[in-house]
Amino acid sequence: MNTVNSKDFLLAVEGLTVSFDGFKAVDDLSFYLDPREIRVIIGPNGAGKTTVLDLICGKTRATSGSIRFAGKELTRLKEHQIVHAGVGRKFQTPSVFEDLTVFENLEVSYPRGHSVMGALAFRRDAAVVEAVESVAETIFLKDQLDRPAALLSHGQKQWLEIGMLLIQKPDLLMLDEPVAGMSVTERKKTAELLKVITENHTVLVIEHDMQFVGDIADRVTVMHQGKVLSEGSIEHVKSDPKVIEVYLGH
Amino acid sequence: MKTSASPLKWLASREGLYYLALALLLVVILPLALDPFRLNMVGKYLTYAFVAVGLVMCWGKAGILSLGQGVFFGLGGYCMAMFLKLEASTPEATAIQSTPGIPDFMDWNQLTELPWFWEPFHSFAFTLIALIGVPVLLALIIGLAMFTRRVGGVYFAIITQAIAAILTILIIGQQGYTGGVNGITDLQTLMGWDIRTDEAKTLLYFVCVGLLFLCLFTARFVQNRKLGRILVAMNAQEMRVRFSGYDVAAFKIFVFCLAAAFAGVGGALFTLIVGFMSPSFIGIVASIEMVIFCALGGRLSLLGAVYGALLVNAAKSGFSESLPELWPFLMGALFIGVVLAFPNGLAGLYQTYVMPLEARLFRRRTPTPPAAPATGRKDDGKPFDPMIDHFSPEKS
Repeated sequence: MNTVNSKDFLLAVEGLTVSFDGFKAVDDLSFYLDPREIRVIIGPNGAGKTTVLDLICGKTRATSGSIRFAGKELTRLKEHQIVHAGVGRKFQTPSVFEDLTVFENLEVSYPRGHSVMGALAFRRDAAVVEAVESVAETIFLKDQLDRPAALLSHGQKQWLEIGMLLIQKPDLLMLDEPVAGMSVTERKKTAELLKVITENHTVLVIEHDMQFVGDIADRVTVMHQGKVLSEGSIEHVKSDPKVIEVYLGH
Repeated sequence: MKTSASPLKWLASREGLYYLALALLLVVILPLALDPFRLNMVGKYLTYAFVAVGLVMCWGKAGILSLGQGVFFGLGGYCMAMFLKLEASTPEATAIQSTPGIPDFMDWNQLTELPWFWEPFHSFAFTLIALIGVPVLLALIIGLAMFTRRVGGVYFAIITQAIAAILTILIIGQQGYTGGVNGITDLQTLMGWDIRTDEAKTLLYFVCVGLLFLCLFTARFVQNRKLGRILVAMNAQEMRVRFSGYDVAAFKIFVFCLAAAFAGVGGALFTLIVGFMSPSFIGIVASIEMVIFCALGGRLSLLGAVYGALLVNAAKSGFSESLPELWPFLMGALFIGVVLAFPNGLAGLYQTYVMPLEARLFRRRTPTPPAAPATGRKDDGKPFDPMIDHFSPEKS
């Protein structure tokens, strides 16, 4: 890696600002992710959490500031280029291809044949099948490969979308409320899944469930009104009076 | 998926049988049943099927509604017409003109030499390249301008319609260069071969059928590759496709250009079969009619689009012969009916009502389950399930 100013950070967000018609949804935000770190972003509604993920993955363009990922400046890249740089993004509501089977969903995300001609020439070879099956195993969907994704439960769709990220082999995974709407058992399984994932990925998660946050987070960033309110271990932010006042207090 | 494995096996599959049935209809039944005049009219309808097949890919699969396919149809048609017109305008044949050797309408408009962009159309090879190349180039420019800026949906439809209007106005206004509102008429021979005889018309009909199948198989190939799945996925979840690492705009441009190429070939055949080309086949009304052919046949079904083009045009001819003033109302009613009652068109009706019957017949005849899995679908033989069936690989 040809990192100079981001040193050994995988992701360095500095002075990031985005303003929608004068309203600053994210305001001069800076934070840094180490490789293999699990970082959870928490904060009240409207704090700008999802917008931060949107900015990193290119869905929203930053007004100013920089996002350096493994030595690359992401703010000028297009969405698919950011994906190829190694950033995967899961959306809050499960967004999988309902008309395709679980296998095809994963296959579409397999990192080969992403150009028009590549997609025309793409063949399902042993490497693809192996990668799909191994990811399907990880996301508990090994026995569902031939089912259309439309027939999966809500929780299974969430896992499938995580699987679609995993098969891209990204260095950074960004998950927006991965356990929202899940049953207690699904939650537990998802926590296990994240543990497995974090063995070789850096993960940035938005989550509200404090129990879940405590289970998975290395460090927590608390956001409020587009700014970082507090940052540190879960114990540290839980006992921070500012955090208690704006977020945990209610 | 499994098509390349064995073409014979594919022909025996259900999908293969549907293609065989269409081939039987177009190659055997209609030529035997119809006189050359009527067969020539069917040939004309089939040239619209090229556009409809392109619309299935572009609109049905990828969700890009173009109300300007007449533009590409017309460009292909005009390329062919320019070649034929130059061939018909030899100095001997046009000796009575004040400038012999140029097309008659140019002479009437006081032009004294052939415009530069007409020159290359002396070459048949150039014409063949241009009748696909010109529509594709225009589609590429429109696609680059629209899709990279993420213009889509209704806005895109309106813009394509505006382009159809602009091209019509341009052609009508530049009478000396284009033949104006009359179009390019009085076409006689293709490389010395008289295209006005019954034999020539019958042969052209078969060429048209052959090329239509080539076009169907091209579309089918694209749709069965991963590219086809990306198009469908893009239609439903554009953002997820983008964040799976695909450049969505490139895929949209590709499918739009593909549809334009099909339309261009159809237009060129139209000129050959009908014997002239005019702006009335390009404009807004013509372009919308093309969408109706596709919608009525079934916008998700390649074969459905062919039947749609055939049936609507046959009905149009039938009505226009007896009650010409009623036809636009009937067509409007047809379109409303399709949208409200059966959004997947005739192909959708077929899947809902006829296919279950077919499956039962199959089962009764053979004790073992029917040999249909070669179509690569999981729900073969089971009743139609709209949830699954909509976007699954082509079949009807």
